[in-house]
Amino acid sequence: MKLFGRKEKSTGEILAGGENAIANKEIEGLSQGQIVRRRFFRHRAAVIALGVLASIILFVMTALETKIGPIRIPGWWKWTVEDIPELRFEDCPGGTTGCPTISVNPGGAFGLGTHPFGQDDIGRDYFALVMNGARRSLMIMFVIGTVAGFIGVVVGSISGFYGKKVDAVLMRLVDFIQTVPTIIIAAVIGKAAGRVGPLFLALFLGLLGWTGLARLVRAQFLQLREMEFVDAARVAGASNIRIAFKHILPNAIGQIIVSVTLIMAGAILTETALSYLGFGVVAPDVSLGLLISQYESSFTTRPWLFWWPGLFIITIALCVNFIGDGLRDAFDPRQRRRITKKDRLQAKLQIKAGE
Amino acid sequence: MILFGSSFLVYNLAAYASDPLAELRLSNDDGARQAIITLTRDLNLDVPPPVRYFLWLKGVLGLFVGKLNLGMTREATSVQEELLYAIPVTLRLVLVATITALFIGLALGIISALRQYSRFDYGMTFLAFLLYSLPIFWVAVLLKEFMAIQFNNFLSEPNIPIKWMVIFSLFTGVFWSSLFGGERKRFWSVFAGAFATNFVILWAIDYTDWYLNPGLGPILIALISVGIAFGVTAISTGLGNSAAKKAALTMAGLSVAAYYPVQWIFNNFGSYLTILALIVVIVLTSMGVSRIFSKIDNGPITRTAILTGVITGFFIVLDRIMQSWAEYSSTDAVNGRPVPTYGQRKDQLVTEDFWINNLDIIMHLILPTFALILISLAGWIRYSRGALLEVLNQDYIRTARAKGLNERTVITRHAFRNMMLPLSSLFVGEFVGLVGGAVITERVFGWQGMGTLGIKAINGYDLNLLMGVNLLLSILVIFGNLLADLVYSALDPRIRLGK
Repeated sequence: MKLFGRKEKSTGEILAGGENAIANKEIEGLSQGQIVRRRFFRHRAAVIALGVLASIILFVMTALETKIGPIRIPGWWKWTVEDIPELRFEDCPGGTTGCPTISVNPGGAFGLGTHPFGQDDIGRDYFALVMNGARRSLMIMFVIGTVAGFIGVVVGSISGFYGKKVDAVLMRLVDFIQTVPTIIIAAVIGKAAGRVGPLFLALFLGLLGWTGLARLVRAQFLQLREMEFVDAARVAGASNIRIAFKHILPNAIGQIIVSVTLIMAGAILTETALSYLGFGVVAPDVSLGLLISQYESSFTTRPWLFWWPGLFIITIALCVNFIGDGLRDAFDPRQRRRITKKDRLQAKLQIKAGE
Repeated sequence: MILFGSSFLVYNLAAYASDPLAELRLSNDDGARQAIITLTRDLNLDVPPPVRYFLWLKGVLGLFVGKLNLGMTREATSVQEELLYAIPVTLRLVLVATITALFIGLALGIISALRQYSRFDYGMTFLAFLLYSLPIFWVAVLLKEFMAIQFNNFLSEPNIPIKWMVIFSLFTGVFWSSLFGGERKRFWSVFAGAFATNFVILWAIDYTDWYLNPGLGPILIALISVGIAFGVTAISTGLGNSAAKKAALTMAGLSVAAYYPVQWIFNNFGSYLTILALIVVIVLTSMGVSRIFSKIDNGPITRTAILTGVITGFFIVLDRIMQSWAEYSSTDAVNGRPVPTYGQRKDQLVTEDFWINNLDIIMHLILPTFALILISLAGWIRYSRGALLEVLNQDYIRTARAKGLNERTVITRHAFRNMMLPLSSLFVGEFVGLVGGAVITERVFGWQGMGTLGIKAINGYDLNLLMGVNLLLSILVIFGNLLADLVYSALDPRIRLGK
């Protein structure tokens, strides 16, 4: 059992002073934004995730035709969701139809074919369907994140800043919303909202999802309110609003951003879960959860109908989670840079030189 | 008060969002017209929703005078009865999943924190994020395909190909070596050891066709129990404590000696009561055993003995359940495909045998529990890792180390207990969350629990049923939060509510 062994005790103790020196030197003369940005870009997984998410968004948003009022921006993909091309019968395994034509040969040949993700029952291009679904899901994710983030910050800061009666009333409201089981009430609304559309559903889910954030912001405000810099601002004659938004909020922004990313990651899963149950986005509209739900039973015969939307859900959620993790590390003032082997070596050399 | 408000809101939202008679109104049939009239009368549909809510509330408040009335469903059955049937099903599912996930997650999180920035730690962090991002229904379908259908196919022609043995052993090798490995040499020796052990075990399983007629038998039980005795002693008191070691080994020995008598008891009086009685016997015996060996400081030694006894006992029970496997899988209802993908019991399975019935329940639990565990494991790994790292940075840990306590005592006594504080309140929240989350699991695996009731209610515009489910979930949330606060204040001496 080497489980309880302590690692590199001796060098660790020696380096305690050196670590601080490294960490302090690093943030000398930089603004908060610069420090955060630097730390974020050092988090390799988070940067990769950011890159992947950005390219997915770009990819998904440009693939199909976009309509903003009267303006139409054509997409680069040849099929649309409405097209019903001929169903492919040739060279599919086990007598199935519409299998994917994407091919990656070991020799290096990479071919998309006519339907890279395959076709559904009636021959619609599955790539177009998945793109459309991913677009819906992304849109819902951002709407929920924005709505929940906005309400959470406003309620939390008012409650934490004014305290007393206002706080008591608002916190009861939070308790109240938390008691409502999200998935059930969302399902009730979703069932009715089938007529209203996914945007309404997203707004509604946002209206339910802000409670955790509000508590977090409130706790931060309660703590920061007592700080000396707030007293200083008050003595200097700043108004309440100015203190709240210019002095306290920037200090709490780290936790807020992290929390919002986590809300968004959760939101995409909630949306897909609801659609899967049949209460979220309903046909003829498309979302990733709905696609999985529709083709759940065909997994054994035509697994691609199941793999692709799932892959998109996981990738998007994974990216958002990693970005959140990177941001958390970047904003955490206690977080020091991990001491690498190279740093250790340098510090040892310095100590030796000092002796 | 909050309960009142939230149920009022949900009731009215649901009442205005849905029209239970919509379908019936569309048809011109005489029967439909009749149905409208009966439904309107039974469900008081002629009363506007805000007022109708108070009619419903009156029934709920009847609880205090012993006449709880949650109203009727559309099919004119009582909501209470439906709920009473559904609650144990959901509880069984969620409780097993939460507790298992808690144990596995805690273990992984703690090791990951103790080995911060190691390969294992990075692996666990990535695993946690991956699990966070998995939609449960997606996982569930994959599990059905690969753990049930393919495994059942495999059982009909049981033969582990060498290729899979190698791949599987490679995985185990990587796991253990990243766990214990430090220097390169050590890494490879652990890797080789784990690889070889796993390979031999798999080969033995394949050679003896163990999965067709599994069981541990007295010899394996003896080996396992000695291993448990050493393991429990190492964690609980340290191997240096010879009294604890002797007590644990005696308990292991006694359990093995009791193997055959216990088999006879199990075969003739198989019931939950027997198992309970067995646990009591184990606890009493271990108290006696530890009395014999301990001179001073009886507590930790008793604890070690009890833990050893109970865990060994668990393996003996497991062995007994495994012995029913062959009989179970050859029944007509199972027909050689023992891993089910659907439902919570096999209705066709008619047997009086306690062990076979339990095996049936366990087999039906496996897939949904596995899916739920995968989902909630991520949280536990992250929480416990974070909590332990936080605690290890505290001054009292430094003090404990400074006064010369060994690392085991520092971790298990000082760090572990403090780390459990924030986790204890999370447990309740996680449990409540899973009850809500079980909606999807239940639907995928076809369980008739609370979630299925909820879906049925929403789809059928069945207001009373919906409110019943909703009420229960809300009560669970409120009591869960209350319980979390109470547990926290009981555990943490720093918190004193109301002076």
